[in-house]
Amino acid sequence: MSDPRPAPRSFQEIILRLQTYWAAKGCAILQPYDMEVGAGTFHPATTLRSLGSKPWAAAYVQPSRRPTDGRYGENPNRMQHYYQFQVIIKPSPPDLQDLYLGSLREIGIDASVHDIRFVEDDWESPTLGAWGLGWEVWCDGMEVSQFTYFQQVGGHDCRPVSGELTYGLERLAMYVLGIDHVMDMPFNDPQSPIALTYGDIFRQTEEEYSRHNFDAADTEKLFDHFKDAEAECARLLAFAPDDPKSGKRIIMAHPAYDQAIKASHIFNLLDARGVISSTERQAYIGRVRALAKACADAFRLTPAGADAVEVGA
Amino acid sequence: MDLLIELFSEEIPARMQAKARDDLRSLVTNGLVEAGLTYASAGAFSTPRRLVLSVDGLTAESRPVREERKGPKVDAPAAALEGFLRSTGLSKDQLEVRDDKKGSVYFAVVEKPGRHAAAIVAEVLEGVIRSFPWPKSMRWGAGNLRWVRPLQSILCILGDEGGSQVVPLTVDGIVAGNVTRGHRFLSSGAFAVTSFDDFAVKLKRAFVILDSAEREAAIWQGAQNLAFAAGMEVVPDAGLLTEVAGLVEWPVPLMGRIAEGFLHLPPEVLQTSMREHQKFFSVRARSGRIEGFVTVANTEPADHGAVILKGNQKVLSARLSDARFFWEKDLRVAKAGMGEWLDGLRAVTFHNKLGSQFDRVERIAALAREIAPLVGADPDMAEQAARVAKADLRSAMVGEFPELQGKMGRYYALEAGEKPAVADAARDHYAPLGPSDAVPTEPVSVAVALADKIDTLTGFWAVDEKPTGSKDPYALRRAALGVIRLVLGNGVRFSLVDATTLSLAGHIRPNGWEAALEYNLRYNEEDTVAQIEGMADSSPFARYLMGGVSSDANGLNEFDVVSAWHMGGEFERPRSYQEVAEKTGYPAEQAELAFEVINSWFDRYQDGLALVDSQASLSGLQRDPLLSVHSGTSISQYIAAVSGNILAFLHDRLKVYLRDQGIRHDIIDACLALPGNDDLTLLVKRAEALAAFLKTEDGPNLLQGYKRANTILTQAEAKDGVEYSYGADVKFAETEEERALFAALDRAEAAITPAMQAEDFAGAMAAMAQLRAPIDAFFTAVQVNSDNSVTRRNRLNLLHRIRAICSGVADLTRIEG
Repeated sequence: MSDPRPAPRSFQEIILRLQTYWAAKGCAILQPYDMEVGAGTFHPATTLRSLGSKPWAAAYVQPSRRPTDGRYGENPNRMQHYYQFQVIIKPSPPDLQDLYLGSLREIGIDASVHDIRFVEDDWESPTLGAWGLGWEVWCDGMEVSQFTYFQQVGGHDCRPVSGELTYGLERLAMYVLGIDHVMDMPFNDPQSPIALTYGDIFRQTEEEYSRHNFDAADTEKLFDHFKDAEAECARLLAFAPDDPKSGKRIIMAHPAYDQAIKASHIFNLLDARGVISSTERQAYIGRVRALAKACADAFRLTPAGADAVEVGA
Repeated sequence: MDLLIELFSEEIPARMQAKARDDLRSLVTNGLVEAGLTYASAGAFSTPRRLVLSVDGLTAESRPVREERKGPKVDAPAAALEGFLRSTGLSKDQLEVRDDKKGSVYFAVVEKPGRHAAAIVAEVLEGVIRSFPWPKSMRWGAGNLRWVRPLQSILCILGDEGGSQVVPLTVDGIVAGNVTRGHRFLSSGAFAVTSFDDFAVKLKRAFVILDSAEREAAIWQGAQNLAFAAGMEVVPDAGLLTEVAGLVEWPVPLMGRIAEGFLHLPPEVLQTSMREHQKFFSVRARSGRIEGFVTVANTEPADHGAVILKGNQKVLSARLSDARFFWEKDLRVAKAGMGEWLDGLRAVTFHNKLGSQFDRVERIAALAREIAPLVGADPDMAEQAARVAKADLRSAMVGEFPELQGKMGRYYALEAGEKPAVADAARDHYAPLGPSDAVPTEPVSVAVALADKIDTLTGFWAVDEKPTGSKDPYALRRAALGVIRLVLGNGVRFSLVDATTLSLAGHIRPNGWEAALEYNLRYNEEDTVAQIEGMADSSPFARYLMGGVSSDANGLNEFDVVSAWHMGGEFERPRSYQEVAEKTGYPAEQAELAFEVINSWFDRYQDGLALVDSQASLSGLQRDPLLSVHSGTSISQYIAAVSGNILAFLHDRLKVYLRDQGIRHDIIDACLALPGNDDLTLLVKRAEALAAFLKTEDGPNLLQGYKRANTILTQAEAKDGVEYSYGADVKFAETEEERALFAALDRAEAAITPAMQAEDFAGAMAAMAQLRAPIDAFFTAVQVNSDNSVTRRNRLNLLHRIRAICSGVADLTRIEG
């Protein structure tokens, strides 16, 4: 076992170390997807790229929005906007657990002092039509990551299987840095000339979005936007693959998937506004899933999502 | 030879390990035996990362097998011979020709030599791995193999005194070897093993305790030592112990204290929160208060766990802060009388065809009130207990920890100022939950528990969701057993048919009431309003329906509005509020609301009709809900049919229950034929007396005599086409034995009738036993089918008296043997 690294001093140092680590392990370090998503899994680099037989390895930070979790910045560890760090590798390498444990060591969690456990937790995303088996990883009794072997996404069997790691960055960082309230966490180095805490950056936005999500978002317009996104997704997928202008075969799987992401976020907002009854919820989840599935179907027909032709098959 | 198998994988879910051990053992050993090997003993083990099987005394080779197959005749067409050669894999000159009765026939003699154990093991193990019955399995990487989590290596060796060898085996690219690894963090590198003992010893050196029972013992001992040193004790929790032993290879218990600010929380809350979220054992002080916890780490750190404990403590504080928040929030509602929750039960669906928990509570309260006097409870208290018993379903704590339902209910009811008996009923009315769960004995709890279970049974019967085969999604068999155990355990005397009838009426009345209302209004019966109001007084359901919007700010109540709409001659939905204003005379600002109220009534009314429909089809009745409700006959017939059906179900469950208590089902059947069979306490008393009687010497003999009398009588009645049921007269008796039987029957009758009335079943049985000797003597001396027709008729009528008198005690024809 290598010597433990010096403890990180800030939130961003943890992110930077994770990025450096996974870059060294061969992952493409992507940037966050430029849309509102509920979790890192929604990034097309995970959902779409986990389909088809092409090998893939990526890691990225993804800002995630859960409108119902807004607490006006008052709750020590619950926010409507937070960060996930996501790693996705296809096919899942045989030493993925060891690679993961190496990343913990990199951010100062040394398995010779801490108690690290893989506790059964099967993952399922009804809106993505996806599921996988794996664990939640516990460090001293606290869940610090989700570890999943994707079995199905968008209703398609994953062949080969992708291994997915999701780190809840704030919670992990608070533990590593010994912070009790997320807003007190140093975002950059506390010794910096202009030291910023997490609260300096996000307290006000948490307040603003909490008010917006719970009371101000225009529900009538949101219902319309949902329908628009749904219709647009279907419309984009209905285009014939042959593009007359470029003369190429172009299936617009990603633009259509953007609309599915949009619909999913609008649904989350409507849910936070409390205007969706429990019976309607299931129906809405089903509609988002239908979109995700249609996009997955389309992506499978594109070069990035197709199966390689097996030699001698 | 000795066989050692280890299937090494990423972490296996704790809950799956016990079954996986058993499956591995039985599948592999069965496979070995089927292939012709024998073995002395086999043991299976598991840790979070490995499944292990050790088989001792395995034979080195399978028995050789000689197989003979008869083929076609020598003169059969060539194609037949070709087919035979193909199927046996032999050539023509390898066949034997034997002379059969029908001529010369080819025989194939296949000698299968014994196979080496290694070949068999490889074949069997590969099959077992590829088809292992995990509850959930997965693929990983680019492979196709399925296992519970990625399978990383296979150890498979066969050994004897001379040493051990790796069994040649490759499964999906994983080559079996003799190498394994120890603890993920406390050891490093792989090591080879030569036998099971070597394996277990080296594992222990590498910080892995192989045997889960040994890990459980280590955890329990360690936890108790820690608690003892602090003057406290660990709260036993066998389920948690097994689970935790499945999460660690090298258990290291660590004890911590719960922060002062959480110690006032109810012990159930502390315990549940710690167990469910953190897998901590609770530790209680001498005072009985839960003040500490034991967590079990999977490692032995240099700092003796200081960092680990600190981390766990921090997580626990966050969890308990949530729990305290729920508790405090709940206490505010509870202290205010729980009204918010009671009302909120309207929003909790019990079952989509059976309405909300609020509807259910109303029904249970009405039923508990009726049952209360029969179990010695105060009706008001029983009704009140039923009303508050499910309030905690709306509490934040039960929302977080559903398993605390009832337990929290008791705390909150006490906070709301309810009497202790009422509060206890909130906790105890779910009981008994399983066959070994204690039965409540406090009368209020008994009344509510019975009402709760009877409502469940009648409700699901009314919507035709009965258990079928192994499917019992609503646990109705458990509810039935609960009723049986509550009744018998408390010696409750009541008619179950009365109770289910009353309860069924509660399920049906809401729809019946609305249908009746419409019928009456349609045909302009003048007493409708008075009738409905009268019903509202007696029926909480009608009251609920009428009261839906009674206190509306606009002064509208549903009953008035809907009546006004119907009185205007309209029986379809209004198309607009203007139409409502026109037909009812409501001013425009009220008509808008009235429009909504009428529409919502129609929604519910149509649901009601659909329900009546489903009930009608269930009972085979005609679909005419309006008429049937109005005449009041079909619905009551339907209720009677369903009640009978539920009683039969309860009787079936009772037979199963009593069989476990040693009473045969035919004895119950014999007692079921008598009136009052829906009084289970009485029924069982009778059955016990009959069972005791049948164990005496007189019992079986009387039974034979009775059966003989019955057979002769039945045959004569069938032959003569008449019933011999009356008029046996001692004056036609020809023999002493006949006269003696007359006298004995008179005596028995005089004794049995009052004994049965007094429920002195032993007395009745004893009186019946007195008939044995006279009946035996009668059959020895007397020929029933005499040539003299008068004598014969008299004797047959006498036999009828035997049947009549005995069947007043039990239907002895049901007794087997």
